[in-house]
Amino acid sequence: MSKVIVITGTRKGLGKELCGYYLGQGHTVIGCSRGASEIMHSNYTHYELDVADEKLVVKMVKEVSRNFKHIDILINNAGIASMNHILLTPFKTVQDIFSTNYFGTFLFCREVAKVMSRKKYGRIVNFTTVATPLRLEGELVYANSKAAIENFTEIASRELAEFNITVNAVGPTPIPTDLIKNVSKDKMDALISRQAIKRFGNFDDLVNVINFFIDDKSDFITGQVLYLGGVNR
Amino acid sequence: MNKQQVQNLVIECVNEIGLEDNKPELSRARSSTPLYGPNGTLDSLGLVRLITNIEEKISELLHKDIVIASEKAMSQKNSPFLNVDSLSTFIFELLNTGHHV
Repeated sequence: MSKVIVITGTRKGLGKELCGYYLGQGHTVIGCSRGASEIMHSNYTHYELDVADEKLVVKMVKEVSRNFKHIDILINNAGIASMNHILLTPFKTVQDIFSTNYFGTFLFCREVAKVMSRKKYGRIVNFTTVATPLRLEGELVYANSKAAIENFTEIASRELAEFNITVNAVGPTPIPTDLIKNVSKDKMDALISRQAIKRFGNFDDLVNVINFFIDDKSDFITGQVLYLGGVNR
Repeated sequence: MNKQQVQNLVIECVNEIGLEDNKPELSRARSSTPLYGPNGTLDSLGLVRLITNIEEKISELLHKDIVIASEKAMSQKNSPFLNVDSLSTFIFELLNTGHHV
């Protein structure tokens, strides 16, 4: 059955691929990013906004609610990273990373869950990273922001269970996208060597987990953080 | 939307929750009906449902996007969620002072 899916960060990378995948499955997708989208599809609607801009996020979600009457699934994909040693991290970088990764996730969860709560149905998938459980040097702030997302996922799952909304998080290993394009091969090899299964992740690995979380049958699965590649907390 | 219309909308939403939860004091709500806090019959989840319903109705009717549980609401000396009248007054001001999101 066709679902209404909101995906954040859809201009490029995994967000764009997720849009294409779910549109291909016959779903209606509403995406957003800071810039314009290249996705041209009759079942796709795009909003240009900063996910941490409360006013624009509220406006977008209420408009989606008016137009589509409900939202089934939220995929909080939007995220930014920065490789910095703590002593070389500008405060502005910390603010930017938390704005997009944490505040953006918070705002979309809050507003979309309001819409979902009326139908007493919803699936929310947040994005974390293996950098958090691996305590990865050089990704301090990025890993911190995702640690916040993991805790957010666990607590929000309890607060939203009453409304039959599940909240889970997927933690990908490095997947060759723009997010890691500036990271050296040595660093990537060192990171991958800490996984149980020593290879890059790919889109199919990721979408497999998301499909599990959003399946109608997964109504007893909530508050979970699932890492790819055999990484544990 | 004038103050009375806002209050009618709030009462309509309170009535709906009263009917859903089988709470006659809410399904027959008036201006003075307590909502949340001392003497109020809404629990925290009931308040969440009420606020969500009101925001949605305002969005549909007026195409205005408000967030009722704002910093302003939480920092007020007298909670706007005490009764139907205080909540209606707060929302009316929110709609008419440009404080909506």
